[in-house]
Amino acid sequence: MDRWDGGDMKELAEWVIRDLFSKNPDTWQYTWAIYLAGMALAAVICLGFVAVFAGPVTWVERRTAGRIMSRIGPNRVGPQGVLQWLADGIKNLLKEDLIPDDADKPLFRLAPYLVFSGMFGTFVVLPFGANLIAADLDIGVLYLMAVTTLVVVGLLTAGWASNSKWALYGGIRSAAQLVSYEVPIAFALLVVVISTGSLSTQAIIKAQGGWPWQWFVAKNPFTFIAFFLLLTSAMAEGNRIPFDLPEAESELVAGYNTEYSGMRFLFFLFEEWANLWIMGAITTLCFLGGWQIPGVSPEKISASSGWTFVGWQLLSFAIFAAKVSWIVFIVIQARWTLPRLRVDQLMSTCWKYLVPMTLVCIAGVLFMDLYIVQGGITDKIIRWIMTLLGAAVIVLFFLRARYNYKMDKDKYPGLRNEKMWYPPYRMP
Amino acid sequence: MSEDGDKKISSSPKYIIPPNIIPGAAVATTTDHFINWFRYSSIWYMLFATACCGIELMQTGGPRTDLDRFGSVFRTSPRQSDLLLVAGTITYKMADRVRLLYAQMPLPKYVIAMGSCATCGGLFTQSYSVVNGVDKIIPVDMYLPGCPPRPEALNHAIIKLQEWMRREHWADKIRKA
Repeated sequence: MDRWDGGDMKELAEWVIRDLFSKNPDTWQYTWAIYLAGMALAAVICLGFVAVFAGPVTWVERRTAGRIMSRIGPNRVGPQGVLQWLADGIKNLLKEDLIPDDADKPLFRLAPYLVFSGMFGTFVVLPFGANLIAADLDIGVLYLMAVTTLVVVGLLTAGWASNSKWALYGGIRSAAQLVSYEVPIAFALLVVVISTGSLSTQAIIKAQGGWPWQWFVAKNPFTFIAFFLLLTSAMAEGNRIPFDLPEAESELVAGYNTEYSGMRFLFFLFEEWANLWIMGAITTLCFLGGWQIPGVSPEKISASSGWTFVGWQLLSFAIFAAKVSWIVFIVIQARWTLPRLRVDQLMSTCWKYLVPMTLVCIAGVLFMDLYIVQGGITDKIIRWIMTLLGAAVIVLFFLRARYNYKMDKDKYPGLRNEKMWYPPYRMP
Repeated sequence: MSEDGDKKISSSPKYIIPPNIIPGAAVATTTDHFINWFRYSSIWYMLFATACCGIELMQTGGPRTDLDRFGSVFRTSPRQSDLLLVAGTITYKMADRVRLLYAQMPLPKYVIAMGSCATCGGLFTQSYSVVNGVDKIIPVDMYLPGCPPRPEALNHAIIKLQEWMRREHWADKIRKA
C-alpha cells in the first residue's frame, strides 16, 4: 500500500481509490462516490471545527471584555461560565420563530443562509495544517475574495427583506462598507501574490519559512505595512467594532438584523464570530508563515510517513491555530478598546488612506523584487531589520500594558478591595 | 390540555427526577430542567429606558453589579430580547409603544416593572398623563420597587427571575398553535 502524501481532499480520495480499492481513479465507475464522500467529510470537519471555534470564542471575548472594563464577565453558567455559548445558542434555537408580517418572507428566510454560506465557503481554501486543507485550489486567493462577496449579498438581502427602515440602513451601510473594504484587502493580498507568484494558499505558505525572518511580514518594509493594512481591512470586512457601522446600536437599532430573532439571528451571530477565525487565518497564511514549523521544511513533512507524518500535521495545525488565536485576541482587544468610526470617517479611511497605501505597497514590493536578489546579503539585512522592528512592536505592546498596570495598581484595591492581578487559573 | 391542567403543572413543580443510571457517566434530567437551564442562563434584556431608572439600568451592566456574570446582555432589538425591563415612567403616549415592543418580542418573554413609576405610577400617580403601573397595559412578571431601585436591587430581581424561570413548565411560555 502506497503512502498518502497528497495536499488536499481530492488527492486523499484518489489515494483511497488507488490503494484501498486498487482501482484507477480515471476509469473506475464509482470514483464520483468517493469524491462525494471526501467532500462531505471535509464539509463536516470544517463545520464542526467552525462551530466549536465560534461558540467558545464568544465566551473568551466576553471574559476579555469584562477584564478590559474591570467587570468580570460570564462566570455562572458552567465552570467559569464556559458553557455560556451553549446556553445562548440553544436558547435562541428554542425561541419563537418570528417573521414580520410585512417582510418579504422568502428573502427574509434566505438571507441568513446566504451570509452563512459566504462565510463557510472560505473554508474550502483555508489550510489548517501542512496537508490539512479541503481543496488546494490554484486560484485560492481569488476564490477567497469572490466567495466572501456572498456575505454582502446576504446582509443587503436581510436589510431589504425585513421591511424596516433601520434594517435597510444597516444593509445599505454594510454593502457600502464591505464593497469598499474589499479593494484594500484585494490589494494587500496582491502584495502577497506578487511575492509568491501563485494564487494558491498552500503555495503562499510554502513560499515562506518557519522562522519569523522568513515570513512575508518581514520580507521588506512594504509587506510589513501591508500586513497591518490587511489586518485593518479584514476587521472592517468582518464588521468588528471600530468599523461595525452596519449594526451601530446608537444610530440604527441593531442594523440589518433588527427584525431577526431566534435561529436566524443565531446564523448572523455565528457568521460574525466565525469571521474572526477567517480573518486571523487569512492574515496568518499571507504574512505570518501559516503552518510552517520552524526548522522543518514542507518537503520533510511530505517525505515522512506513519505516525511521524501525523505528528507533523498536528504540530503544524497547533502552530497555525496559535498564530490565528493571537490575531483573534488582538482583534478582540481592539474591539473593546477603540471607539466606533463615523460613516464618513469610515469611507475616507478606506478610499483616502488604505487604498493609496496598499497601492504604494504594491509598487514598493515590485521594486524590491526587481532590485533585491532573494537570499542575497541585502535581502538578509532587510529581513533582520524588519524582524527586529516587529519584535519592537510586540515589546512596546507589553511595555505599554505594564505601564498601564503599574499606573492602576495602587488605585485598584481602593475600589474593589482586592488585588488587580489574579492568576489565570483562579479567575473571579 | 385544558387551561386548568396547564395551571396545575406550572404551580406544582414536583417532578420526579430519576436517579443517575450510571453515576458519573450519564446525567438524568427532565425536559423542564433542561430547557429552563438554557432559558435562565441567558436572559437578554432590552435597552428600554424612559426615565431615571434607565441610569440605574446602565449601572447594573457596569462593573459593580455585572449582569454579564449571569449571561444577561443587552440587545437593542426587541426581536432578540427575552426580558423587557420597563425602566421609568410610562405616559399614555408611550403606552402604545410599550405594547408594541412587548408584542414584537418572541416567546418566551418576561417583563420586570422597574421602579415606582412602572409598578404603580409612583410620584406621578395624580398626573393626567401617566399610566399608573405598566401592568395596566402589559402582563408583568415581577415588580421592583424603589425610586429608582439601586443596581443591587435590579441584580437581585434578575436572580429572583432566574429562580422563577427554573420552576416553570417549559410549554407554558410557548404560543399554542
